[in-house]
Amino acid sequence: MSDTVKLSAQIAAVLVACIVVAVMPLYADLFQLMQFTLFASMAVLALSLGFIWGFGGILCFGQTAFFGLGAYAYAVAAINYGDSTPAILCAVIVPALFALALGYFVFYGRISDVYLGVITLTVTLILFNVFNSTAGDEYTIGTARLGGFNGMPAVPTFNMPFDPTAILYPEDSWYVTGGALIAIYVGLRLLLRSRFGRVAIAVRENETRAALLGYDPRVVKLWVFVLGGAIAGMGGALYVNWGAFVGPTIFALSLSAEIIIWICIGGLGTLIGPIVGCFLIQYLVSQIGSQQSFNSNLVLGAILIVFVLLLPQGLVPTLRNLVAAGWYRVSERRRETGHGQSRQMTAGQPVGAE
Amino acid sequence: MTKIPPLLETRNLTMRFGGVLANDGVNFSLGEMELRCLIGPNGAGKSTFFKMLTGQLTPSEGTIRFRDHPIDGHPSHEIARLGIGIKTQIPNVFNGLSVRENIWLAAQRKTTRNAARQIVDEVLERIMLKDLAGAIVGQLSHGQRQWVEIGTVLAAEPELILLDEPAAGMTDEETERTAEIIHEINKTRALIVVEHDMEFIKMIAKTVTVFHQGRIMLEDNVEAVLADSRVRDVYLGKKVAA
Ligand SMILES: Nc1ncnc2c1ncn2[C@@H]1O[C@H](COP(=O)(O)OP(=O)(O)OP(=O)(O)O)[C@@H](O)[C@H]1O
Ligand SMILES: [Mg+2]
Repeated sequence: MSDTVKLSAQIAAVLVACIVVAVMPLYADLFQLMQFTLFASMAVLALSLGFIWGFGGILCFGQTAFFGLGAYAYAVAAINYGDSTPAILCAVIVPALFALALGYFVFYGRISDVYLGVITLTVTLILFNVFNSTAGDEYTIGTARLGGFNGMPAVPTFNMPFDPTAILYPEDSWYVTGGALIAIYVGLRLLLRSRFGRVAIAVRENETRAALLGYDPRVVKLWVFVLGGAIAGMGGALYVNWGAFVGPTIFALSLSAEIIIWICIGGLGTLIGPIVGCFLIQYLVSQIGSQQSFNSNLVLGAILIVFVLLLPQGLVPTLRNLVAAGWYRVSERRRETGHGQSRQMTAGQPVGAE
Repeated sequence: MTKIPPLLETRNLTMRFGGVLANDGVNFSLGEMELRCLIGPNGAGKSTFFKMLTGQLTPSEGTIRFRDHPIDGHPSHEIARLGIGIKTQIPNVFNGLSVRENIWLAAQRKTTRNAARQIVDEVLERIMLKDLAGAIVGQLSHGQRQWVEIGTVLAAEPELILLDEPAAGMTDEETERTAEIIHEINKTRALIVVEHDMEFIKMIAKTVTVFHQGRIMLEDNVEAVLADSRVRDVYLGKKVAA
């Protein structure tokens, strides 16, 4: 598929997503809308890992560490300020700084990729234990009690910027969450078209070659990692806004594993894939859960196995390749009948993709 | 009496892998604008030498100076920024990206958007891959990928270019084209070329350095080196002319 075709497809996807977000409250009841708001906040988390893993080559087993830190940072700040505006900012900055510190240690310490997975996993476990043991009154930040394993209930949800009296209705929350998801997607797309984004992809492709051309892979990976942490933190804030609650289970390893499954099913190396995978699987799991005749984990496992065996690339890349192959065949036929030109290799076309 | 310092100078450069002495006290010197060929049998330590020059390996002992600036043990990207470019023995390209993107990544680091585009077009012309500019590099032949890598090295416009077996896997025509390009580059830049193909060496060489068992065995002009009986001895068993 040529670059222009790809770009048009991406723009079309964004337009469709905008329309879906806009009209959803007309078609969904309140319960469904709340559920989609939850899915969208999770999709922000999935997108953050899809970005650092698919485009930075960084497999982080503990992306929920940043999600959870963002959620707690939001909760603590929202309780203290009584206004969600600075709290959202905190939810982005705190995990970003944490990612900066952790990433510096990992990338500058020349720790191998496998250990990166182990370290991020361990950090998530540590955070779980830390927040789990903050039950006493001494664990209070300002007026916010961390609450240990009980978590923090009744966290103020989003209000209009700088106007704590104007609390958002669930419809508004849906617009904000869906809108944030689209905005982050568009932002990442633009980033990947910029110089930095292209260099980041180059580092993922071949770190040695990137270094031999004068790019410092450590710096590039660090910024990708920090950005991923910031986005996951934003997801955390959106999540707390949905439930007005945060507890230590937000650091649960099962969630970290689930995001990886969403990405594998949706398609690694794309930005749409993680979002599609997240919505699809969560919807499926919620449907199964309401029927109570199957164990949702069992179904999830089965789906993953089917995908690994039959569609190892995931949904989005598989669909994209099918469309590209069809497109190629059509344009070939047109060329042969229309102009009788000799065959040329088109941009990015897999050899022998017919 | 002031002497111009050499472009590149190594002193007692040594690389140990456990018990293996891959490089053993190499004292090497290269002048500005010089073209040097490096030959030697398999395992002589040529690629290891290049890896130390480009920061892929940290020497066990010894020093490397580039324009009188110590670079031994420095990270690869810093050395690349000082102006040393390398085509490695095993092709090191961005396999998942297009030919044009590969070249652009090399060109854009130190120039403006427009200048980079111009460099990319020139390089694509030079390496004769203009028609395949949009092709994904991983799907090209070995020879074409070699060209892409040479293209990235050219596009980065380094002061010193290291080529590790550039003619391997190339057709006779392509080999001749490579020799031509090397002569062109050498009008403005210095090069070190590692090759086994003696015909190719004869096409390009002035001075030849012979590596053997991690040491410099001989350094002389090309006729003298090819006539030397010791060189024949170490190469015995290996086809001298390709
Ligand atoms: N990473 C490594 N670990 C252990 N030994 C190594 C390593 N790299 C190279 N060697 C050894 O160092 C010696 C020199 O290898 P090098 O690749 O530099 O030779 P070369 O002259 O480039 O050979 P060729 O002509 O086959 O490319 C060999 O004995 C090789 O086995
Ligand atoms: Mg070698």
